[in-house]
Amino acid sequence: MSDRRDADGRYPFKTVIGLEVHAQLRTASKLFCRCSTQFGSAPNTQVCPVCLGLPGALPVMNEHAIELAITTGLALNCDIPSVTKWDRKQYFYPDLPKGYQISQFDMPICAEGYLDIPDPADEGETRRIGLFRAHLEEDAGKSMHDEAAGRDHSRIDLNRCGTPLLEIVSKPEMFSAAEARSYLTELKLLLTHLGVSDCEMQEGSLRVDANVNLHIEKDGKRIATPIVEVKNMNSFRAVERAIQYEAERQYQEWEDTGNTIETVSKRTFGWNDATEETFVQREKEESADYRYFPDPDLVPVHLPKERIEAAREAMGELPAATRERFQTQYELKAYDADVIVNQGPAMVTYFETAATASKDPKRTSSWIQQDVMRTLKERQEEIGAFPVSAETLGQLLGEVRAGRLDNNRARDVFQHLLTHGGSVEQATAALGIEAVDDSELDALCDELLAENPQVVQHVQGGKPQAVGALIGKAKQKNPNINPGQLRETLLAKIAAM
Amino acid sequence: MAFSDDDIRKLAYLARLELTDQEVQTLGPQLERILGFVEQLAELDTEGVEPMTTALDVNNRWIADVVQPGLSREQALANAPLADDECFLVPPVLPS
Repeated sequence: MSDRRDADGRYPFKTVIGLEVHAQLRTASKLFCRCSTQFGSAPNTQVCPVCLGLPGALPVMNEHAIELAITTGLALNCDIPSVTKWDRKQYFYPDLPKGYQISQFDMPICAEGYLDIPDPADEGETRRIGLFRAHLEEDAGKSMHDEAAGRDHSRIDLNRCGTPLLEIVSKPEMFSAAEARSYLTELKLLLTHLGVSDCEMQEGSLRVDANVNLHIEKDGKRIATPIVEVKNMNSFRAVERAIQYEAERQYQEWEDTGNTIETVSKRTFGWNDATEETFVQREKEESADYRYFPDPDLVPVHLPKERIEAAREAMGELPAATRERFQTQYELKAYDADVIVNQGPAMVTYFETAATASKDPKRTSSWIQQDVMRTLKERQEEIGAFPVSAETLGQLLGEVRAGRLDNNRARDVFQHLLTHGGSVEQATAALGIEAVDDSELDALCDELLAENPQVVQHVQGGKPQAVGALIGKAKQKNPNINPGQLRETLLAKIAAM
Repeated sequence: MAFSDDDIRKLAYLARLELTDQEVQTLGPQLERILGFVEQLAELDTEGVEPMTTALDVNNRWIADVVQPGLSREQALANAPLADDECFLVPPVLPS
């Protein structure tokens, strides 16, 4: 069955994907010198003899970068070995002034681990993606090939040179573009949740390389196509599209040339976002000879167990655990917990604060997913800058829960709060919404029942829903009337007749 | 350990050194003598000895993550063979 072709006459195949993610760590200063890591500063204003690679300058490790790497490794279920060291990776490129990059070769700070990701093919289920390792290294500078330099030169800005990167290397255990995207989304959520990286792809603080090939089943044998590393993808969508494109291209190449992993070595392709195509960057990968050796300028790092355990303690709750807790503590559905948690830590806090204030987590969840998230999207704002605070939203929904406001009136108040700010009390007062006191409600009910004897008969005849006809009439008499309270009072009065 | 001329040329390429044929002939025997000297270490029995990662008797020399001023741009670019008023200039990285 394995060699049965599909409707297009193709053999069945599986796309095999491994991802290398470079995440810039959120330190104030660089990995081996104290220059600022601030993004977007004027060129070559955040440099010193160390990151310029001037002779005689000596690197000194940034302790915070080590801590962030440990925290990330723990969150990725990695073993954190007690010793890690630094190696020089030699290559020549103008944005790497030393002629080598300080990286980690055989003793990375984070050893094998894994990340559980939502299974895109099976809602509510997860897939476990293995990780080979995660290691620290310094970033390179930036080459610019723009008009200002003319055709004769490239311009080099070394501000970024030496910024700490954590390179997270997955095993080739993703089998579709959708899984690769799910992995990246979950990894980004985790890194931003931990606060270890900004993960802004547009600013280059998260970079993704995808290693892609196919396993084709033909005549009972598995044929592997040559591995292609795709670079230069600037969004998760681009990663997804590039993998889809590569899968098609590789199948076609195999049909046309018969190339396999045995006959063609690994190649590097770029991604053109405009044409949505991959293109060859390096045809034949020079069997990479980086001549790694231990960096004699740096001493090894010994990490006592206590330090690692302290980092584990300080890590707090991870997104996967928050999803679980939201289902048990607040009785949210898996889908709802997922939506809120995936918005990031600020939204998790917003929800919890509002749910506690309203004492109605489900209503809070639904308001956040509808009214709050829609508004954020319309205004292109982050929850941190949202004009209605979590306490205020919680108080408003508390009013709904207590029956003092109906949902429609609450929406009016919400809109008023969005535009004018202030408290729930101020908004209701400004909108002329007044609490209807019991005697008013009582009088209104007596009036309605006297005017509508047929409703009384229907209810007494066993149709309590008949009071619904009176709600519209009541609203005309007093727009502030609460439908829930009105219904209850009417039924109580009829029952007592 | 014997070096072929190709080995020498590959090493030279990796270090971005341009060697004349004469230099290749001179360097080959020199590198062989250097490696032969280091190879004496192989006579030692290292069974059960942990690999050494440094000759220094210190660990964990690190510093707090606090930004300190570095060089001004003028200073940074001062010794560059070629620069404009913002950046280092190098031969074009990608052929136009």
